[in-house]
Amino acid sequence: MTKNSNMSVLLKGLLLENPVFVLILGTCPTLATTTTLIGAIGMGLAATAVLICSNAVISLLRKVIPESVRIPCYIVIIAGFVTVVQMFIHAYLPTLYELLGVYLALITVNCIILGRAEMFASKNSVGKSVLDGIGMGLGFTLALVSIALIREVFGAGTFFGMEIPVLSNFKIEFLTKAPGGFLVYGIMIAAVSKITKGKAPYKKEFSCANCPSASFCGKQNCEERKGN
Amino acid sequence: MDSFKSLVVILLSSVLVNNYVLSRFLGICPFLGVSKKLNSASGMGLAVIFVMVMATAVTWPIQHYLLTPNGLGYMQTIVFILVIAALVQFTEMALKKFVPSLHKSLGVYLPLITTNCAVLGVTIDNINEHNFNFLQSIVNSLGCGLGFLLAMVLFSGMRSKIEESEIPESFKGLPATLIAASFVSLAFFGFAGIVDNLFA
Repeated sequence: MTKNSNMSVLLKGLLLENPVFVLILGTCPTLATTTTLIGAIGMGLAATAVLICSNAVISLLRKVIPESVRIPCYIVIIAGFVTVVQMFIHAYLPTLYELLGVYLALITVNCIILGRAEMFASKNSVGKSVLDGIGMGLGFTLALVSIALIREVFGAGTFFGMEIPVLSNFKIEFLTKAPGGFLVYGIMIAAVSKITKGKAPYKKEFSCANCPSASFCGKQNCEERKGN
Repeated sequence: MDSFKSLVVILLSSVLVNNYVLSRFLGICPFLGVSKKLNSASGMGLAVIFVMVMATAVTWPIQHYLLTPNGLGYMQTIVFILVIAALVQFTEMALKKFVPSLHKSLGVYLPLITTNCAVLGVTIDNINEHNFNFLQSIVNSLGCGLGFLLAMVLFSGMRSKIEESEIPESFKGLPATLIAASFVSLAFFGFAGIVDNLFA
């Protein structure tokens, strides 16, 4: 498989460059919307839709947007698509709209979307950017669902809202609350770094070093990880 | 007196019970990234308080006097993020020009705050979630900012302990930090219910 083949662009988001577990982007929705599986899937797919559209448009405009004002331009494009998705969900899936609440609007400032715009879409062709959007979006969804699976099944004793016979008598309610979110996420990152040991690229070009808030947020974490 | 009481309740509940970082998961990136040293943690916290209050003071009138009367409520997200981005830029320029000493200590954190979801979150929450009036919104933003500062400062203390301890290989770095955050968040659980019964 050549390094930049379309398939690898698509697949790398799933595990090796998983935005949540490896690149550590978009932590806020990861922790906030994973108390239920429905919320996790809704959040994942909404963000995926925004990511695909914004990646495509930013890639189309990559030669038009001047370097110095690119971040505000990206934010406006992303905010536009977020509004579209928000209105769509409000109209057709009102219960999901209630469930996600303010986090839906906050997709705008999700570092995954801005990060991919900056790291990938601004440098690659439209086709590859769309594939990258699909891969990263699915990786994000997959990560959210795997965290939500643990938190909902063991925390609430339910599966998609249906009660699980034995587990619902022994539920660990702590997991559905805020501290449980931090705990499960921490353990999942550790597990993924164990599984992908040596394979996951903690290099600068893949890290969040290009994100606008990198100098404080992601880069530090990445350098920490590289140091280990 | 009643309105004063309600303001105190809003302030305390946004600082302690509904702490933005520890119970609502907003602003996790700076919380994990900048909390390594006490200096930078408190600097970032102060800058966030400042921007949150400013942003609320600007976005609340925009929503109630510009967007809602003209049926443009759906433009909320786009308008708010642009206003916050512009506001942060202007604040940085103004600080640089007029108060260089403050710019030196807070300035570096300001550009990061544009993409901090806690700021956008609090401006939207004030309007959509709580339906606060102007004064209540300002107090709520102040409380959220103070809560952010409190969480950052507490956590920076905890992190310096982690740095010195022996941790299994795959838990080093971020996983250990997140698990520590889980304990801090657990501690804040103790505040639940305190505010409801404060004036009962």
